[in-house]
Amino acid sequence: MSELTQEGVAKLPIQERGFINFFRKLAKNKIAFISFVFLLLVHLGVFLGQFVWTISPESVDPANSLASWTSEHPLGTDDLGRDVLARLMYGGQITLLVGFFSMVFTVLVGGIIGAVAGFFGGWIDIILMRFTEAMMSIPNFFLALVALTVLGKSPFMVILVIAFTSWMEIARVVYGETLKWKESEFVEASKTMGSNAMRTLFKHIVPQIIPTIIIASTLGIAWAILTESAISYLGLGIQPPTATWGNMLQNAQQYIWTAPILGVLPGLSITLVVLAYNFLGDGLRDLLDPKHHKK
Amino acid sequence: MLQFLIKRFGQSVILILIVTLITFFLINLAPGGPASMMRMDATAEERAALSERLGLNDPIPVRYGKWLGDAVQGDLGPSLSSGQPVMDRIVERFPHTLKLAFWTIIFSVIIGVVLGIISARNRNTWRDHTINFGSVIGLSIPSFWLAIMLILLFSVQLQWLPSAGTGEGFVGQFKSMIMPVIILSTATLPTIVRFTRSSMLEVVSQNYVRTARAKGMKEKTVIYSHALRNALIPVISIIGVLIPRLLSGTVIVESVFGWPGMGRLIVEAAQSRDYNLVMGVTVVATVLVIFSNFIVDIIYSKVDPRVKNIG
Repeated sequence: MSELTQEGVAKLPIQERGFINFFRKLAKNKIAFISFVFLLLVHLGVFLGQFVWTISPESVDPANSLASWTSEHPLGTDDLGRDVLARLMYGGQITLLVGFFSMVFTVLVGGIIGAVAGFFGGWIDIILMRFTEAMMSIPNFFLALVALTVLGKSPFMVILVIAFTSWMEIARVVYGETLKWKESEFVEASKTMGSNAMRTLFKHIVPQIIPTIIIASTLGIAWAILTESAISYLGLGIQPPTATWGNMLQNAQQYIWTAPILGVLPGLSITLVVLAYNFLGDGLRDLLDPKHHKK
Repeated sequence: MLQFLIKRFGQSVILILIVTLITFFLINLAPGGPASMMRMDATAEERAALSERLGLNDPIPVRYGKWLGDAVQGDLGPSLSSGQPVMDRIVERFPHTLKLAFWTIIFSVIIGVVLGIISARNRNTWRDHTINFGSVIGLSIPSFWLAIMLILLFSVQLQWLPSAGTGEGFVGQFKSMIMPVIILSTATLPTIVRFTRSSMLEVVSQNYVRTARAKGMKEKTVIYSHALRNALIPVISIIGVLIPRLLSGTVIVESVFGWPGMGRLIVEAAQSRDYNLVMGVTVVATVLVIFSNFIVDIIYSKVDPRVKNIG
């Protein structure tokens, strides 16, 4: 009898166990897990690498420009003789941070619009969701370029512009989820017990949508990094000397005939990171949203 | 049907108005707007003359009204950098973008549908997984980087394809379009593949397909003459969704390949802070997207009678 109780206790879901379980499940999906480990390593390398690799990304050495790979510059130097490894780490910081914060704003804007439209319904729903549809059906990259032309090209503006041109997808997903949970019994119960609309929405409905939001955020970072690098590549985003993987590529394109490797590295970094975020997002979807399994 | 058309047309007009409102006010209210074009050393008279020329003296709503009135008649004002009418510059560039977009849609629909069918018929096998893996890669590679890599391979190393320009003669034009079309397709193909796959799987599980199989028809006949037809209907609707994405893609691709289309025009306009041109290109691009969505909707409702009721 006591054995049975012990076993019963041991099976209780505890918070920490939940996380371990989560990673154990994630580890079963090989591609997602490899992506997760890879992203961890890239983030560590990009943000902490500068303490190990202490060459300044700004130190210019014209005599040693477009150098190939040596022990002094493991990934060579660019047109001004700057160390490519240091610049990749430094540019990666900006790219990853811009990607992350764009995602945060995207999720905030999209999440609030979707949740409010779904929860309150009526004319609020009509106005907000029609607006969302409108924003989806215009070439919003054009709009982003217009906005950056007039608002300036600081990292903060780039973040805002990315967020305000890509929140629609999340708004639609959150809208659908809110509609679904609005009708559920526990939400009815909470309403009956007299909790006000805001409390019902944020205390009861939003927590149910969190798995969906986590998936959308992971995929959203991938999208934001791609958009940022595209804007930077066009020279309409974050400006040199601040390096991002996108504007490093813009610079490298001039030397494509003489130093093609300069163009390979930043692009490869973007591709691998975006790929990993996409795979991780797909893996999380399988894990957190079992209903949405592939047909 | 007529009611549906009128309703969709009305929605389109409202959508276009919203976009013009957003872009006009964004451009004119922002601190870096047209007023900032004035040089610091300009005399008071020069400033007044420029304000007069750009119509900056009127309140913004009045200016919007004037702009809209002219725009409806096809006059988008003069380009601030070249002095030519904005409309002329757009008309000159538009055919090049249309050409790219048209071939990209043809290419990605054909390849995408084929891959989607292969994926669905070999569900959860290595073929399906490979196609899915390829789709994720296609969506993850920055198009400008892929473009540079293809140029490195096919123009620099192998010297098979030109790295820029639109090409001369039939063969030249064809050659110069190969890389841009392939790169534009990386944004559209994966979506078509996934959509065809899930649409196909849904149709295949339906009763009439089971009946066809039960009658002893060959699997190929079942798939290609019964299932495929219905599976492809929803694929038409996805084309409408892909057009804005495609147009955004042309901005990058045209810039990399020096392709003289509208995408490159807006980058040039943005770089030279030519506000009239930026505004004009954005609005024309929006009108084009909404117009093509309108057409896709009409085709869709013709092909699938159920849609009319949803309108």
